[in-house]
Amino acid sequence: MTYQMAISPDFPPQQIAGWYIFNTWLQNQLGVGIHLELYPDFPSQREAILNDKVDLVYANPYDAAMLIREKGFQVLARPQGKRDEAIIATHANAPFETVEDLQPGIRLAATIDPAVYLLGMMMLEPAELDESNVQVKRVESYPVAAKLLLQGEAEIAFFLKEAYEELSGLTRQQLKVLVDSQIGDLFHAFLVGPRLASQADAIREALLGMSASPKGRGVLETLGFPGWESVTLDDAEFMINLVEALK
Amino acid sequence: MKDMNLQDIVGEYREYTLTYYDGTSRKIFVTEIEAPYPDGKLIVSTTDTEGVITHANQAFVDLSGYTREELIGQPHYILRHPDMPRVAFKDMWETIQAGKTWRGYVKNLRKDGGYYLVYATIMPNFRDGEIIGYTSVRRKPSRRKMEAALAEYARLRAEEEAA
Repeated sequence: MTYQMAISPDFPPQQIAGWYIFNTWLQNQLGVGIHLELYPDFPSQREAILNDKVDLVYANPYDAAMLIREKGFQVLARPQGKRDEAIIATHANAPFETVEDLQPGIRLAATIDPAVYLLGMMMLEPAELDESNVQVKRVESYPVAAKLLLQGEAEIAFFLKEAYEELSGLTRQQLKVLVDSQIGDLFHAFLVGPRLASQADAIREALLGMSASPKGRGVLETLGFPGWESVTLDDAEFMINLVEALK
Repeated sequence: MKDMNLQDIVGEYREYTLTYYDGTSRKIFVTEIEAPYPDGKLIVSTTDTEGVITHANQAFVDLSGYTREELIGQPHYILRHPDMPRVAFKDMWETIQAGKTWRGYVKNLRKDGGYYLVYATIMPNFRDGEIIGYTSVRRKPSRRKMEAALAEYARLRAEEEAA
């Protein structure tokens, strides 16, 4: 039997190859066939999850909540030292210095990354802005959000912090950060579904030991983090409760 | 719960004795010093069904002035500020015990007698249809809405004291 793996669509494009290499590494570790499906966007991955077409998933906080609570997935590990944070940015020359300077009617560029969107909207609350008085322009990616800022088609944009930091230096020079979240309790995590539950311990062990071997370290380098760290159900439950409260 | 410790208090203070819903009382010391809510931070905590703190994140530790060890195992009313009317907490408990989410503006008391202002969302956590605890997420409030809420709380407090 071949199992299905999915990766949260918010990973940086330069890591596509890394996730294929990771899949090959994981198959070698476990001796099972795994097909990696990279869904182009959040809704299509969510639909696959709802239709039980996913057995292993590197999930964002929003999907992790549903996978653990509703689909019986177990949380195995998270990237070492990496947390999900959001940024609200504007054009470097914009007349805003803080979120409170923003006015109703403002144009917002946002991807459909649900966790980033929730955090971004939460950070607009001090300015009494919400979906009722902000013009939301949905964009397909973070570079497109940056482009809208630079072209003056949006005044603010939401970014996953990691994605913001991966914009080119030239782009970032023309932007400025109004606020960045400092939450520390939200993270992407690697989860295993019910069909692979018998292998959960073996997968966890393989992930946690990955940075100990030169080959594993090489794969991790392509993924952009130094290793996997263990995550308890307690940590995951805390995160899920937080995500639920932000909805 | 232990009285607040005068050695922890920074600045001029007023002294109160607060009596909580469970009948316990505590001597508290309150100053007029506001700890500004930092941009981008979220205070997150969970409690059991009795309101006893089971988890506290770093922002909670930083803003409240307590250590994590001092917070875990204490009733959430350790943060109760005397300027908050009882009726606000009554409404909150009735809402969350009914399985609904409560949202509101809250003035919280710090360990050093100062205060911080938040917009709070408190929601029940369910397992198999039963409430097993509550999660509270606090963030920076709109200044205008916070001031309106504080004015309303002052009015309600005056009514409570007159009654």
